[in-house]
Amino acid sequence: MTTLAEKILSRAAGEPVSAGQYVEVSPDWCFTVDDTIGLIMKYHQEVGLTRLVAPEHLGIFYDHFAPADNQEHASDHSAGRAYARQHGITHFYDVGQGISHQVCVERGLVKPGQLVFNSDSHTTTLGAAACFGTGLGAAETAYVWATGRIWLRVPTTIRVVLIGTLRPGVDAKDACLALLQAHGSRVATYRAIEFHGEGAASLNMASRLTLCNMGVEMGAKAALFPADSVTAAHFARLGIPIEMEAGRPESDAVYEREITLDLGDIEPMAARPHAVDNIGSVQDLEGTVIHQAFLGSCTNGRLEDLRAAAAILTGRHVAPGVRMIVTPASSQVLAAALREGIIEILIAAGAVVTTPGCGACAGLHLGVLGDGEVCIASSSRNFRGRMGNPNAAVYLASPATVAASAVAGRITNPRSL
Amino acid sequence: MNISGKALVLGDDVSSDLIYPGKYLTLTDRAEQARHALEGFGTDWPERLRGYAVLGAGWNLGCGSSREQAATALLASGVQLVVARSMSRLFLRNCINNGLPVIESDELASALSDGTTIGADLASGVAQVDGRTIHFERLPQALLEIVRDGGLLARLRRRLHPGTCP
Repeated sequence: MTTLAEKILSRAAGEPVSAGQYVEVSPDWCFTVDDTIGLIMKYHQEVGLTRLVAPEHLGIFYDHFAPADNQEHASDHSAGRAYARQHGITHFYDVGQGISHQVCVERGLVKPGQLVFNSDSHTTTLGAAACFGTGLGAAETAYVWATGRIWLRVPTTIRVVLIGTLRPGVDAKDACLALLQAHGSRVATYRAIEFHGEGAASLNMASRLTLCNMGVEMGAKAALFPADSVTAAHFARLGIPIEMEAGRPESDAVYEREITLDLGDIEPMAARPHAVDNIGSVQDLEGTVIHQAFLGSCTNGRLEDLRAAAAILTGRHVAPGVRMIVTPASSQVLAAALREGIIEILIAAGAVVTTPGCGACAGLHLGVLGDGEVCIASSSRNFRGRMGNPNAAVYLASPATVAASAVAGRITNPRSL
Repeated sequence: MNISGKALVLGDDVSSDLIYPGKYLTLTDRAEQARHALEGFGTDWPERLRGYAVLGAGWNLGCGSSREQAATALLASGVQLVVARSMSRLFLRNCINNGLPVIESDELASALSDGTTIGADLASGVAQVDGRTIHFERLPQALLEIVRDGGLLARLRRRLHPGTCP
């Protein structure tokens, strides 16, 4: 009778658990990123910790400000490298490897049925590989690194049934925005989301990663696609054996509620400033002047996203006065895009391609906005100040909408091009 | 556990970017973090927060980024209690696990406005606001104990060095 969340947390707790219980769990992985490693090291020093309990289950990713953009960040990076060496943390991904969540999935580090923590809210992304990925704060991460365990509340689960198929020019990002429009940004607070239905089965790994990524924007603790043939093909391509059943709920699982979304009904959508659920159709927002177009992030910085943008930018050019910034989610994405000729198309169109990583999304570097500027971004958050300036505005949309808008210099429906 | 003080009240969907802007993420000193608490609302807000022991808010407080400075900067600013109609999972965890008590209560949060004096007994689930008694759902015992211990790190320090002062 267990949902996938209950099944995974039962394994991690060492006993059967069900929704509503507070339990102690041992994760399969506990990762951190460069914006948190400094705090973790400081905390360990303060409590006098000299030994990490299981370094083989830990990992460090430099993605938020990589390569370092200032003295403080550079010093954090340097201290973190020394810390990893000292404690034998071999899963260490230095500048340019890419965003933690993307690297985890594309290299098959995380597997179906696993419980994975990372000191980053978008860890829900990992649910695309049928694992329970969720974010932690710095003190919590420091605690797990020291003890191997932490408390969790077992969440209830919302079953999201996707029917139909996406139309041309519409993608998984539009589906996320449609869910946010219909149900708001609080619908899944403390809850898990499981995606089901023929529409879910039709989505490739890239689309699943986008949907699970945006799960946290609906408040979710975890967002999961149960293991199926797409999951199996992903790991088969990597040559990594998996246990399919560990990544599937039981057939008589009990869900808190069910939500249905018809993928075939969706139009290109955008989230207006300054909330992820302030949604409008791109058609209604057409004509809004933009200054920056950002294509990247753990939401939409994958090969499929760059491909969608390149399809629009082939033979076209970014509008005068607009800068288009492309940040591949990982070095593997960048390499594949180079091989396919996508990068050449993007550069010919006037886009700038940056080092793989979180890039402009986190508002730290590589695309901070100026006062009064408007950005259309393929990332996941448009809170005031998110892209580094409280006096700027961010619209969230799909890679195709970002590219079409970059060409026009105004928000533009990709289906109209 | 009894806490009382004056409340400063925020609205709905206040993100952790607003509570603590990303550009200060590398600050590890909590006194320095406190100088930027609520700075997303304006540069005068960190000063404005001083003197308020209670932070009130509407729905979905602390949504977005997992940054725990959103909790620790408030703590270092002198905030001793957070009351909201609801909170994001990560913000709630960051508060509890750093020893900052939280109450999620529609009724209690709605009763607060700027300057309201509130007294709350976390263990019994009873609060007083303007002479009115309001009951709220207590945190589970295990979480109250983490708060009472001063958070997970204080607990860890005692485990590593038994006999030392908290």
